[in-house]
Amino acid sequence: MDAVPNWFRGLYETTGYNFTVFYDPYDWDRYVNGLKTTLLLAVTTILASIVIGAVGALLQGGPSRFLRGLVNGFVVVFCNTPPLVQIFFFYFGLGTLLPATQTADGLRVPLLDNVQWAIVALALFAGAFNVEIFRSGIEAVPRTTVEAAESLGYTRLKAYLYVVLPLALRVCLPALNNNLINLLKTTTLAYAIAVPETLYAVKQIWSESQNVLEMMIVLLATYAVLVGVLVWLMHRWERALRIPGYSR
Amino acid sequence: MRKPTSTFLGAGLLAAATVLSASLATAADGLEAIKQRGTLIVGVKADYRPFGFRDPSGAIIGLEPDLAADVAKRLGVKLELVPVVSSNRIEFLQQGKVDLLIATLSDKPERRRVVQAIDPQYYSDFVNVMLPKKAGITDWAQLKGKPLCATSGAWYNKDVARTYGAEIVAFDGSEKPLFALKQGNCLGYVYDQSMLQGKLLDADWKADYGLPLKGILDAPWMMAVALGNGALQGLLETTTKEWMKSGFIVEEEKKWGIEPTEYSKAMHEKYKNATN
Repeated sequence: MDAVPNWFRGLYETTGYNFTVFYDPYDWDRYVNGLKTTLLLAVTTILASIVIGAVGALLQGGPSRFLRGLVNGFVVVFCNTPPLVQIFFFYFGLGTLLPATQTADGLRVPLLDNVQWAIVALALFAGAFNVEIFRSGIEAVPRTTVEAAESLGYTRLKAYLYVVLPLALRVCLPALNNNLINLLKTTTLAYAIAVPETLYAVKQIWSESQNVLEMMIVLLATYAVLVGVLVWLMHRWERALRIPGYSR
Repeated sequence: MRKPTSTFLGAGLLAAATVLSASLATAADGLEAIKQRGTLIVGVKADYRPFGFRDPSGAIIGLEPDLAADVAKRLGVKLELVPVVSSNRIEFLQQGKVDLLIATLSDKPERRRVVQAIDPQYYSDFVNVMLPKKAGITDWAQLKGKPLCATSGAWYNKDVARTYGAEIVAFDGSEKPLFALKQGNCLGYVYDQSMLQGKLLDADWKADYGLPLKGILDAPWMMAVALGNGALQGLLETTTKEWMKSGFIVEEEKKWGIEPTEYSKAMHEKYKNATN
């Protein structure tokens, strides 16, 4: 399997286009580990933000004014501030304030490391937008349908789970997909707190080998492929959820 | 009646010629101009403790201003220090705003093409790791598998990671790695030894942190004068050798609170017994 590295080495020698990531094993390892971390971040934040969105939308329509205020406050804070600022705040700000443990030598060990803080920050950020997206779906469910569920004896929670949410999900799925695609791309912000994801790995490679253009091309192609896969999965999901006769 | 235009033209040309010859004189006849002027103008850093920084009264002090003072003394002229930064120091020298640069200037081939370097190089910076004293690290090999904060883009990050197996956690700039280090997100901060030595002079860091390891990957610093300045260059070369012979630089390092580097000690040894 030396054909690929040799071809790229040859490309460098003949044209000067230096794709070190394909022929240098150290760079290749860093790049692949970066990809794995990006996938880890993407999967965990997507799942967490969907849960946060669903729970938040449920509380938003509930009877308790306190809970409604809480959810709205959360949405305002996380929608109105830039995600990079949120990431810095969690890692550098909250990281110092929260209690920490100590190693055997007495060195401070923070409660959450940078990958965990990145997941928390990104999940909350995308979750806030998801609350509004789920709300749009929930409000699209006709009031009459909800009344019918109530008259059949469903509790509020059960009606939400079995009647409202399935219909709301199908309505808001395109908007939700948009947000999740944005979330996948927003995971690149984690590089600012040294999370070893794809952008961080590629940045290290190009600052050492001075092949900025080539690595930028690799980076753009990588994200184009990742987002393309996500979009394909989302479309499959949309098709699987389609109710015959309910939409176009 | 004389035409006014030709008078102005003549006056203008004369003025231009005077100014041009004056500025050419500053750059080319360096040593003579300095002696005539009675002042040696040296470009130094004002924000790089302890090599060049400001004291509470605003005066620039440090290891490099002291070296500049010594050169001025040898020439028998007064000293004027001009603060410079990395992005303008070479331009100041080329434009004749300073006669001499002693401003933490790393020796690079591109720089040698535009300024006259003074050999032997007067100092050398190393790469080192600022570690907490509690960690008890005494050898580079103990860093294997440990996370080290670093500044993104530094030329030595990859070397340190590959040679010693440390895990580099890189941030942009040199503020964020220090925050992360304080919080315990990494074991130490790998950076230029001279900068770390300066940081350790602060009360904040002095108590709990230190540089227990020996510096690696040395990168020499050079003094510089404008190209074509043969007389001044010759004088500075002799001066540098005399500094190394007498151990002046080693004394200065101790004076400003930094551990004398291998380079300074080695150069002192080499020139101590030399006859030229």
